[in-house]
Amino acid sequence: MSRLIIDLIARATWETTIMVACSGLLAVLGGLPLALLMVAMRRGGLMPCPPAARLLGLVVDILRAIPFIILLVILIPVTRMIVGTSLGTAAAIVPLSLAAIPYFARIAEVSLRAVDPNLVDAVHAMGGTRWMIVRHVLIPEALPGLVAGFTVTLITLTGASAMAGAVGAGGLGDLAIRYGYQRFNTQVMSLVVLVLIVFVAIIQAAGNALSNHLRHD
Amino acid sequence: MDVNVVDVRHVSRCFGGHVALDDVSFSVARGEILGVIGRSGAGKSSLLRCLGALDRPDTGQILIEGQDITTLPQAQLVPLRRRIGFVFQHFNLLSSRTVAGNVSLPLEIAGVPRAQRQERIASLLALVGLAPHGDKWPAQLSGGQKQRVGIARALANDPALLLCDEATSALDPETTTAILDLLAEINRELGLTIILITHEMDVIRRIATHLVVLDQGRIVENAPTLAIMGAATQSTVTQALLSETQPQVPPALRARLVAEPAPDGWAIIRLRLAGEAAWQPLLSLLGQQYDVEATVLQGGTTEIAGQPFADQIVSITGYCTEIHDFLLQFDPSLKVLGHVPADH
Repeated sequence: MSRLIIDLIARATWETTIMVACSGLLAVLGGLPLALLMVAMRRGGLMPCPPAARLLGLVVDILRAIPFIILLVILIPVTRMIVGTSLGTAAAIVPLSLAAIPYFARIAEVSLRAVDPNLVDAVHAMGGTRWMIVRHVLIPEALPGLVAGFTVTLITLTGASAMAGAVGAGGLGDLAIRYGYQRFNTQVMSLVVLVLIVFVAIIQAAGNALSNHLRHD
Repeated sequence: MDVNVVDVRHVSRCFGGHVALDDVSFSVARGEILGVIGRSGAGKSSLLRCLGALDRPDTGQILIEGQDITTLPQAQLVPLRRRIGFVFQHFNLLSSRTVAGNVSLPLEIAGVPRAQRQERIASLLALVGLAPHGDKWPAQLSGGQKQRVGIARALANDPALLLCDEATSALDPETTTAILDLLAEINRELGLTIILITHEMDVIRRIATHLVVLDQGRIVENAPTLAIMGAATQSTVTQALLSETQPQVPPALRARLVAEPAPDGWAIIRLRLAGEAAWQPLLSLLGQQYDVEATVLQGGTTEIAGQPFADQIVSITGYCTEIHDFLLQFDPSLKVLGHVPADH
């Protein structure tokens, strides 16, 4: 195997790591507050406002309904505005994040909803404010589930980043398409797939370990 | 100074068309243990939520240490809730925090500095007998231990009032006894006022000094526990609640009961003696004085709110007016349940 191919794969792996890590981080920063809002505004929530909760849910569902490949294209002008270009790793982070935010929001919502409402009541009765309930009850109690959900999000992002590679984002997907598919280079294709398998396996194992470490029930 | 920690005045609360609380009034003096009992749906939970400032009554006033909590703005209710300790049926401990972390939470909420928190947590855990378990997770504890953590947590901010919501209903009998003993000890040593909400009469009998019986949102009894237990007449609700812990006529005998006295037969009576009379050898006295045979079929002498209390089903031969009058001196609530004709 040539030195060139190894270099290519190493660089592509790094690019994929950056894309997945950055958009994953943004997915949490955007998705978790969205999930908290959806849970808090439900009937009987911390600040009930069912119409707003339904509206938010609708927006999230619309974003999730758009196929990622279409989202990539629609967002090109937005990406140009934010990053200055629609090509490359940095540019791919914009559509990836926008797809991951509603995805993670829905997953986080499920975990937050599973928190025993009696615990919320207990801290309420203790004289806790809404913010204290979020900080001391909802997030810590849902944390093992949130971590498991984040793991799933990262793996989904890995798959999506390969798709982003198709429109010039770089990374392992880009490599597989240009060298493996378009140049019929089976060796590169197999290697890229192998790297992706290891990549996903590592994320899943780390996520499981962290989630179990945080779970005390 | 007002000695009442809690004053509930004409409180009503409706949910939709359903009246949960209907003109409820009672007060709790400092250091008292008040038991609130009622069947499910009697309004216990609604009352508890109002007392804990988690819900507002539609009408009426609730004064906690002289402060009317029904008119306080929402913002002032938050610090007020820190003056009221809550103990829950299902403990409601955070699984994401250790035992010490759970006890620490109300202190963190109240803004107690870290150094003081450590000290307070240690003394609270020692008080409830969990000193060596501070670093454990709630999932590693037994039900009784979890409730001890719940009690330590409720006591963290030196509450004026401890509200126990079915605190022993999820525990086995042995653990129930231990938790009730702990609550009684806390009441004695800290002089803490406690309100126990329960559907179990046994809990009330053991530690409540005063008793409120709720039925369909209304108060049907409100008196010292001993007075209600020994009263000649009780409301049907109270009787029904009491019957589960009271001695009953054995079923085989009940089938043979007749209303009219039979010659050579037995009379079956219910005898209740409160206070010193409960210790007296009344039945042997009766035997000597009237030359009759008296046997306790069911029941015995227990303690209610620290006072001796006897509740017995007794069979007596040759029952007559003199005997009845003699017993009435000791038990004004004496009741003849029936007569058993002699076997021939």
